[in-house]
Amino acid sequence: MSDMDEFLEMFFAECDELLEGVATGLRQMDSSEYEKETVHAVFRAVHSVKGGAAAFGLSDLVSFAHKFETVLDLVRSDALDPDPRLMAVLHRSSDCLADLVEAARKSIDPDHARREELLGELEKLIGVKDENENDDDVEFEPISIDLMSFDAPEVPESYRIFFEPNADLYRSGNDPVAIIRALDKLGETDITIDTARVPVLSEWDDSTPVLGWTVLLRTTASTAAIEDVFEFVEDCCKLEITALVAEQGDEGDGTAQTSSEDFPTVDVTAQQVQETTDDQAETVSTKAAFSPLAPTSANAGSEGRAVKSSETSSSATIRVSLDRVDKLMNMIGELVIKEAMLSQVIQTAGFAEDPEVKGGLESLRQLAGDIQESVMAIRAQPLKQVFQRMHRILREAAEATGKQVRLVTSGEQTEVDKTMIERLIDPLTHMIRNSVDHGLEDAITRKRNGKPQEGTVTLSAAHKSGRVQIEVSDNGCGINRARVRQIAEEKGLIAPGATLSPAEIDSLLFLPGFSSKSEVSALSGRGVGLDVVRREIMALGGRVMISSSEGKGTTFTITLPLTLAVLEGMLIQLNNQTMVLPITAVQETLRPEQSSLHGIGRSGRTLSNRDELIPIIDLGCIFGFREKPSASDEGVLIVVETDGHKRAAFQVDAIFDQRQVVIKSLEENYGRVPGVSAATILGDGKIALIIDPEEIVLSSHSDQGPEQMALTANG
Amino acid sequence: MLDTLSHNTIGKQDAIAFKLADQDFCISIGCVREIRGWAPTTVLPHAPEYVRGVINLRGSVVTVVDLSARLGFGTSEPTERHVVIIAMHEGRVVGLLADLVSDIVTISDDNIQPVPDIASDPAREFISGMITFEDGRILRKIDLERLLPTSPSMPS
Repeated sequence: MSDMDEFLEMFFAECDELLEGVATGLRQMDSSEYEKETVHAVFRAVHSVKGGAAAFGLSDLVSFAHKFETVLDLVRSDALDPDPRLMAVLHRSSDCLADLVEAARKSIDPDHARREELLGELEKLIGVKDENENDDDVEFEPISIDLMSFDAPEVPESYRIFFEPNADLYRSGNDPVAIIRALDKLGETDITIDTARVPVLSEWDDSTPVLGWTVLLRTTASTAAIEDVFEFVEDCCKLEITALVAEQGDEGDGTAQTSSEDFPTVDVTAQQVQETTDDQAETVSTKAAFSPLAPTSANAGSEGRAVKSSETSSSATIRVSLDRVDKLMNMIGELVIKEAMLSQVIQTAGFAEDPEVKGGLESLRQLAGDIQESVMAIRAQPLKQVFQRMHRILREAAEATGKQVRLVTSGEQTEVDKTMIERLIDPLTHMIRNSVDHGLEDAITRKRNGKPQEGTVTLSAAHKSGRVQIEVSDNGCGINRARVRQIAEEKGLIAPGATLSPAEIDSLLFLPGFSSKSEVSALSGRGVGLDVVRREIMALGGRVMISSSEGKGTTFTITLPLTLAVLEGMLIQLNNQTMVLPITAVQETLRPEQSSLHGIGRSGRTLSNRDELIPIIDLGCIFGFREKPSASDEGVLIVVETDGHKRAAFQVDAIFDQRQVVIKSLEENYGRVPGVSAATILGDGKIALIIDPEEIVLSSHSDQGPEQMALTANG
Repeated sequence: MLDTLSHNTIGKQDAIAFKLADQDFCISIGCVREIRGWAPTTVLPHAPEYVRGVINLRGSVVTVVDLSARLGFGTSEPTERHVVIIAMHEGRVVGLLADLVSDIVTISDDNIQPVPDIASDPAREFISGMITFEDGRILRKIDLERLLPTSPSMPS
């Protein structure tokens, strides 16, 4: 990757944050009681995007951001009133800006029509106020990606640079040629060498350098940029930089002479970056200086400072590639396994009771657990980034359907694993669109039903018993069950006249090929239905449920595991094989009394427990470890509940232990096994399979299951 | 027969030779990562007969294929003397259960002959060539790609 690509990537990463800030700020401005500072913040963010874009020559982005920023400046100076109409334009502009950034990132052509349209609207807004009141130049201010601390005049200025290296410069491996070349990159140069002190050959002393150079430089770069070239050699050379006064005679030029001792302080971030990558910094500042939009900042000082300070506070974070974190996570998984192995060996060797061994082992275990948690915390990200995006999705959906909708979010700070964040975007987008399109009624119907005209979609997240729960609910009309049933029957998804509970009817929405809207709308109903949502969520180890009450609204509930790396499991035994059952599904374990067991027909069996009849599933049969279910009074029953509130009692031989296990993919080197979600490695180094109770319960409602399961297995 | 371990040159390649039901087989050394002794596996439910189960190879889950069963000799009864050849093919790691590893041999391409047309023997499917040696021994070269279980539903 070239340096430039790297900087571009940094710029885009920063753009993401800035755009998020713009979107948040604009939302705050929607309510009438916002602080002035919010507008400033939005303005600065747009401005920073523009600055960076200018440095990379992304002209589409620059010109749009410029107009956007101009309007924001008018709002800021109270010349424009942020009424809802104006805010709508601003929101769409922020979306468009995000699109342009995205287009630039992927180097594709942006949606010019949309851009033009919005530019027109922005111009109209600017037209309201005389644009001349704003001096364009004043607004430019360089704060793109921390690398450019230039305050370069647009008119090239001339400098005379005298540079005479002393012995230290050569000794430290620096090369005057490289420095002079760097100067040459800044602008036009005229270089003269001073050979006056070169002695005759017989008097040559190679420890004393004798050469000096005078460079006449004509450049648009700032004095600071020139000084930067000498940053590493300033202590070991004689250096004089003199700004040559322009012919017209601009007397008040303060940068007459800067000796190498009193360098002006460069802001810390920029300096750090430059220290690490001298060459790179140079490329960028050069590039920036040549860019036609290279800004002057006459009075942007206050803004500049404010942004700088906010950037300094965020520079406490680093960007790390996910691969590295994953690798770390894997190694910690290993550590946990090794620790378990070690303690087992110690147990067998009979040292387990030795207090020192015991204590050491205990602290080792604790440490391993702590490290694991910390790494998981690194991977954990607040759902905020996903929720942020949904505002836009909702806005677009509302626009497309002509409905008035408000999105209320809560629990944005709930953290989930990074990989999940990315993979949640599509399903949530779909669900939000679905809620707006299918869930909410239009304004007239709402009014007739005595509801507020504006519909509400609520997106909330929370941690709930070791899982993350995300809810998408609307206050619309609810599911029309008669209609759903009718469609399902028409499409042959269910047998006509089948007895279905309301919840079961609701679940029909998740069947592939079900789309209740008769006409295909532009928004949802493009053939991808809720079945896709369910599949994607299930791929994340999560579940989707739906609940609805007629006339009041519909709620989709997604539950997700906290992490894709570790789970709390119950270790069970089946035919000498150890398997793991996720603890989240387990409701209770019991040794049944004969009186509570009832057979149904030839092989069906149920357990009567707490006034409820629960089907018994012999896991040994399910997994093909034995032909016939073992006698009911043998072994232990584990009552599990699925997310759809279906219960079943799993019959197993024994329960050993409960512990955290590291999830290892089985599909990577083998493939999917029915009824098994993944594998893990036990303390003795053996592999145990992790049972997927959901799949087992859903695919076998009684002990007739095995054939069914085997069918899926071999089909 | 006991050639020195030479680097692969044009027309020559190294292979690991192993025994299975008194027949000699070999597999290209390029795909072999290591050779381990047999250790009990974790049984996979609903797996084809030739899939012996999975083992833990330094933290990753590796499927062990019973070559004997795969090649139609019937399932083997592994003892401590049996070996598992850990092979890698296109990023997938698989363990091959064999009776014993006998040698590392250098094969020149001239010695590889096509497999004679023996009607419908299961082994025929997985053998890509026959290597003859001067002393009359014959090695059957296994084609790893054809051998790998693609998924549990793969026809056995």
